[in-house]
Amino acid sequence: MRCRKCPKRAVLGLTRHNTAFCGDCLTDFVRTQVQRAIKAQRMFSPEDRILVAVSGGKDSLTLWEILLKLGYRVDALYVDLGIPGYSSRSKEKVEQFAKVVAEPCGSQLTIHTVEEDAGAGIKELANMIKRPTCSACGTIKRYQFNRVAWQNHYQVMATGHNLDDEAARLLGNVLQWQEEYLQKQSPNLPASVEGFAKKVKPLYRMTEREIAAYAVVNRIDYLVEECPMAKGAKMLVYKDALNRLEAESPGTKQRFYWGFLDRQEKSSSVAPSMSEIDQTTLQPCTVCSQPTTAGTCSFCRMMARAKTAVK
Amino acid sequence: MKVHLSHPTRDVVLQGPKRVADIFKELDLIPEAFLIIRGQDLMTEDETVADGDSIEIRPVISGG
Repeated sequence: MRCRKCPKRAVLGLTRHNTAFCGDCLTDFVRTQVQRAIKAQRMFSPEDRILVAVSGGKDSLTLWEILLKLGYRVDALYVDLGIPGYSSRSKEKVEQFAKVVAEPCGSQLTIHTVEEDAGAGIKELANMIKRPTCSACGTIKRYQFNRVAWQNHYQVMATGHNLDDEAARLLGNVLQWQEEYLQKQSPNLPASVEGFAKKVKPLYRMTEREIAAYAVVNRIDYLVEECPMAKGAKMLVYKDALNRLEAESPGTKQRFYWGFLDRQEKSSSVAPSMSEIDQTTLQPCTVCSQPTTAGTCSFCRMMARAKTAVK
Repeated sequence: MKVHLSHPTRDVVLQGPKRVADIFKELDLIPEAFLIIRGQDLMTEDETVADGDSIEIRPVISGG
């Protein structure tokens, strides 16, 4: 198979676009798509300071690399969850990337260690408070990323969520009719109230396969291993179902999620915006001051329960 | 040919030469969820893997 843009050998066929690219043209294509996403969704400008949430996986390290290549002012945060073996391997990938790729560009890595904060790793913490590990992990990551971004005056927090992530999440929300979550599926969530950082997903136009291929072509050394806590996760079931549909009808994932975004934009003139809803429902947490719908935020409630369990 | 797979990590041996698309079929894998890597290079579905080659079938799906 030949590249559709130049005479070189193709390294990846993109059936949803009915095309194929060599390594160089794939790199151009992915960076162009990310830049298009940033501009189309008004995510940030070259003057903004951006904090990327990194895990050591393909998506977050690729996002960090692309934003650096595109000339944005970007630093990164890694949350060490204390999962035996897995966390040390993922941290090693992040630190290596920071040293070799990011630091020479003036980009800094911050590491937050859950065990130092909570007195236990994520698995023990989840057991203590009797919550599923992935649920406790999500609460901690969202809280810490927002805290670090807000306290260090980053204008934007970026995550490596891709088209597969967003399509699978949309499928899950629609199957369960969780309409209240649909508004939060935008790739650009505004800093709606004091204490919330703006959150963006610049990879929402790219599939996982395209991002993984970009990482291989550009020698980004990421952790291939899956988080052991994700085994049996519903998201994986939804992704598998969508990939089976994609195999039969290329472009399904894109049509599903982008179609949802189009409809969301059309309805935005009549429905109240997320900012308007947040401004009427959120208040500062009585413990940490981060915005919450309850008196005390879910992170502070979780930490209080963990401290009680230790006693 | 030697084929390295992940999740769980394992190696299988297949008779070559074989087209990448046929390897996917034989192992009952959806191409959209994997990359095929020989050495450090990606392979497309129409390419052929020789009997003596070693390849990696790398999953691209993560828990999200």
